[in-house]
Amino acid sequence: MGLSRIEKRFEELKSQNRAGLVTFITAGDPEYDVSLNILKGLPKAGADIIELGMPFSDPMADGPAIQAASIRALNHKMTLKKTIEMVREFRKIDDATPIILMGYYNPIYIYGVDRFLHDGLEAGIDGLIIVDLPPEEDSELAIPAKAADMAMIHLATPTTDQKRLVKILENGTGFLYYVTIAGITGTQKPDLVPVKNALANFRKQTNIPIAVGFGIKSHQDAAQFAIFADAVVVGSAIVDIIAQNIDQEGLAKSPLESKVLSFVSELAHGVKNARKNIED
Amino acid sequence: MMDKKKANSYRNGPDDQGHFGIYGGRYVAETLMPLILEVEKTYNQAKNDPAFQQEFHHLLNEYVGRPNPLYYAKRMSENLGGAKIYFKREELNHTGAHKINNCIGQILLARRMGKTRIIAETGAGQHGVATATVCALFGMSCVVYMGAKDIERQKPNVFRMNLLGAKVVPVTSGSQSLKDSMNEAMRDWVANVDDTYYIIGTVAGPHPYPEMVRDFQRVIGDEARAQILQKEGRLPDSLVACVGGGSNAIGLFHPFLDDDVKIYGVEAAGHGVDTDKNAASIAGGAPGVLHGNRTYLLMDDDGQILEAHSISAGLDYPGIGPEHSHLNDIGRVKYVSITDKQALEAFKFCTEMEGIIPALESAHAIAYVMQLAPSLAKDHIMIMGLSGRGDKDIFTVAKALGQDI
Repeated sequence: MGLSRIEKRFEELKSQNRAGLVTFITAGDPEYDVSLNILKGLPKAGADIIELGMPFSDPMADGPAIQAASIRALNHKMTLKKTIEMVREFRKIDDATPIILMGYYNPIYIYGVDRFLHDGLEAGIDGLIIVDLPPEEDSELAIPAKAADMAMIHLATPTTDQKRLVKILENGTGFLYYVTIAGITGTQKPDLVPVKNALANFRKQTNIPIAVGFGIKSHQDAAQFAIFADAVVVGSAIVDIIAQNIDQEGLAKSPLESKVLSFVSELAHGVKNARKNIED
Repeated sequence: MMDKKKANSYRNGPDDQGHFGIYGGRYVAETLMPLILEVEKTYNQAKNDPAFQQEFHHLLNEYVGRPNPLYYAKRMSENLGGAKIYFKREELNHTGAHKINNCIGQILLARRMGKTRIIAETGAGQHGVATATVCALFGMSCVVYMGAKDIERQKPNVFRMNLLGAKVVPVTSGSQSLKDSMNEAMRDWVANVDDTYYIIGTVAGPHPYPEMVRDFQRVIGDEARAQILQKEGRLPDSLVACVGGGSNAIGLFHPFLDDDVKIYGVEAAGHGVDTDKNAASIAGGAPGVLHGNRTYLLMDDDGQILEAHSISAGLDYPGIGPEHSHLNDIGRVKYVSITDKQALEAFKFCTEMEGIIPALESAHAIAYVMQLAPSLAKDHIMIMGLSGRGDKDIFTVAKALGQDI
């Protein structure tokens, strides 16, 4: 499926005149089985697209919450191979929800780009967000991914001007991920107006769907951005719930899964009704 | 610094995209890319601007104390009974190591870019002290990220940085050492792109840092070349320098790369390259991508970066500069490794033999000289980079020798 599953999802969202909710969890956080249960529950809880973090020892663009999630997963021996396996398991029960792997390049580079694209597509992964691959390094993964029909989602940021956007869009596929703040994940809260203006400017240059993320932590925040963005990403706030519901050994306390999923339901409610509330 | 590129030269790298062979590149978050491109553009202007070069060299001479001597280590040479050994004495620089050369260059660049806040990472604290020093000199605010573990083992340098007005931020994530400090500095930079400049301390990171830091450090090799020609009337037969990220080494090596000179880079083997406690990226690692560049890294089968180990905090990093990776692959430089134990012996040997207390980093180079020199002819001329002085290391050494001070 790859790219087409993502495109189909955005068409559906457009026909429903609403933004999509993109939820982020780190694969294997806090351990494989619990993480897989959460993953399987996300679509029903209201996630339209799932971002699955590939744990990495040195997550340079992430704040404390997602750093800690990576460490929890790695402590329980999570690997890229198991992350792919997790998606394969998920696809047995869900063939519609796009799954995007997010992380850093080195584990993929070591796995081998061609082998990764092959195994990933076969398992049901649809797209990639690789934080440390700017368009200058598109030949590493973005171009091979494009050829294989795996979406390579590129990032735009508050430092992106018109000229830069052209370069970003050259090999960016699936959707454009707008990083709402100059900073790392899960830290400062973005201001609405600059984000709105940035998206309005981008839309003069492209028709690709635009998701916004970084620093969006509640259903109220998510709803505000859902009025004008095509999708809203929530990550650290979800991961924080995992952090709050583990014991000293880093194992899940019951009922971790249901707490995570009920928060996702809240977010989904906010996102889905955002534009209705305006029209009422 | 304005050499014309020659065909078939080892000194042509990097290409326009920042690659030395397959190494180097720009693997950074998109938020940083416009700024990285601006650093590159400003650096390319600066390196061809005579006024910039003049100010750089003026400060190196008047403030850092260059040129420093190329010293004939007579007693050591005679004791080892082989090669004629010269020390390039970077330890005599202001702040006690080669690190200041690069900091002078980069702070001039930061000023040229209109930045007012400086950040840096540090391992042993030498680069942190050098950065804090130039920030004091230029009246800029300074934040240094340092692993909590490193703060513990390098307290004197932490105090120096504080005296110089820098804020030292303990890094408690990951392995709490140099690589994590670099992660934290990157996180700071992403959040402060408007006013902040990141002074990277070694020939690593995204392009143009490996090239730029090398260019600022090549004063070491340029001086050594002129000095040996004056003293001996010919080029040396070999060069030896320690390599963590590898800035002092590339600084010494680069001007000699196209000459008939054997070159040795010495990595830190910690407890041994066949153990899980080493910092020898080439001997014990494989090519991977971290901190903005592709280079040799210590990692596991899943591409997770491993903690490095060396008795020398300055070499305690799981990577190496990309140009070194390339020079290794093409066989121009031979990379060898020295254990903690061998470095300690060399530390004592140099101190007793020459009355010079070397940094533990430099002691790795000395240890290799001790292996190499005895079997070489007496007319073999060898230059070793004595990259730093060892005052900062006396506590570590005392502890390793089981002495209380």
